[in-house]
Amino acid sequence: MHPIRKKRLLIIAIIALILTTAIGLILFALQQNINLFYSPSDISLGKAPKNATIRAGGMVVEGSIKRNQESLYVQFDVTDFQHKITIEYKGILPDLFREGQGIVAQGKLNSQGVFAAEQVLAKHDEKYMPPEISDALKAAESQP
Amino acid sequence: MSWAWFHKLGSTKWFFLWFKNWPLPLFLVGVLVFLMGIIWGLAFAPEDYQQGNSFRIIYIHVPAAILAQSCYLAMGIASFVFLVWRMKLSPIFISAVAPIGALMALIALITGSIWGKPTWGTWWVWDARLTSVLVLFLLYMGIIGLHNAFEDKRVADKAVSVLGLVGLVNLPIIKYSVEWWNTLHQGATFSLTKSPEMPMEMWLPLLIALLGLSCLLASLVLWRMQTTIMKREMKSNWLKQEVLKNGL
Repeated sequence: MHPIRKKRLLIIAIIALILTTAIGLILFALQQNINLFYSPSDISLGKAPKNATIRAGGMVVEGSIKRNQESLYVQFDVTDFQHKITIEYKGILPDLFREGQGIVAQGKLNSQGVFAAEQVLAKHDEKYMPPEISDALKAAESQP
Repeated sequence: MSWAWFHKLGSTKWFFLWFKNWPLPLFLVGVLVFLMGIIWGLAFAPEDYQQGNSFRIIYIHVPAAILAQSCYLAMGIASFVFLVWRMKLSPIFISAVAPIGALMALIALITGSIWGKPTWGTWWVWDARLTSVLVLFLLYMGIIGLHNAFEDKRVADKAVSVLGLVGLVNLPIIKYSVEWWNTLHQGATFSLTKSPEMPMEMWLPLLIALLGLSCLLASLVLWRMQTTIMKREMKSNWLKQEVLKNGL
């Protein structure tokens, strides 16, 4: 290789190395801020700030949804399969909200340890399937 | 090892002569295959068990998002080649691909937020995936702007290449954002190491749409490069002879 090109290659390699290290360190330092939400474990273990607006995310626990007949008030538990927290919310839930679904709620932790949500978003995963297959899977599961 | 072919590929003359007749067939194949994938996906593929028909926007969202990143990867490599070897073709490629990549990133952002409203419940959320794709779009805009900001094209080429190379660091962040951090966005649809988490009648049209759109974009990039080469080589003899002999 021509010496000039070799020199350019070396300079670029050094710049790339420094830049990657710098950005890696920034991302590492900002890790908690880049996470969109706190997990129920973070909140239970006291890692999430109190009396500040935060987001909490997890799976809606089966059978934990309690609705109020007269208003849009709803209460449910979310879990990361280690800890769970209770979330209360008043408003219209997204279509995908259901038991066993991942959700992200924005709100504040109140003094009783209940998360008062102002907004509830539904998460979905990268698994897609036709309704017939989903029905067949459920039917197969319910058989002994 | 001889690098003659590499240097020949970098010469605007050889590139122009080799690829002169490629864009039109590539464009027609691309449009046909893309339409096939889109129509299959939008009209005939089954709906999703949770999202129903709104899931079908995946057939535009995912190809656009993948190609926005592929275009940037190609542009970053071209930047690197230009900075080390000063290949004349690299900046021509960069300026041809940048607006197309920017358009793909914009389509991915728009279709993503149209998809997000009914499924997640919000148009936009500042999670790591969405933000890093917005940064990708802004990088494209930065490259287009920077290229036009200089009077002297040699300075412009160099500046654009530096930005293109530096921006490469954003690609692994986009790709792994959904694994490194908690995000609202779901994981990758396609992966090289495992099969997609959906039945074939759902992912096959998606793959076809992706291949079609790739051919379509490749033809547009080639066309744009040819135009730029003709503009830059307006006074050279080989171009005059080629046009007089074989037409355009």
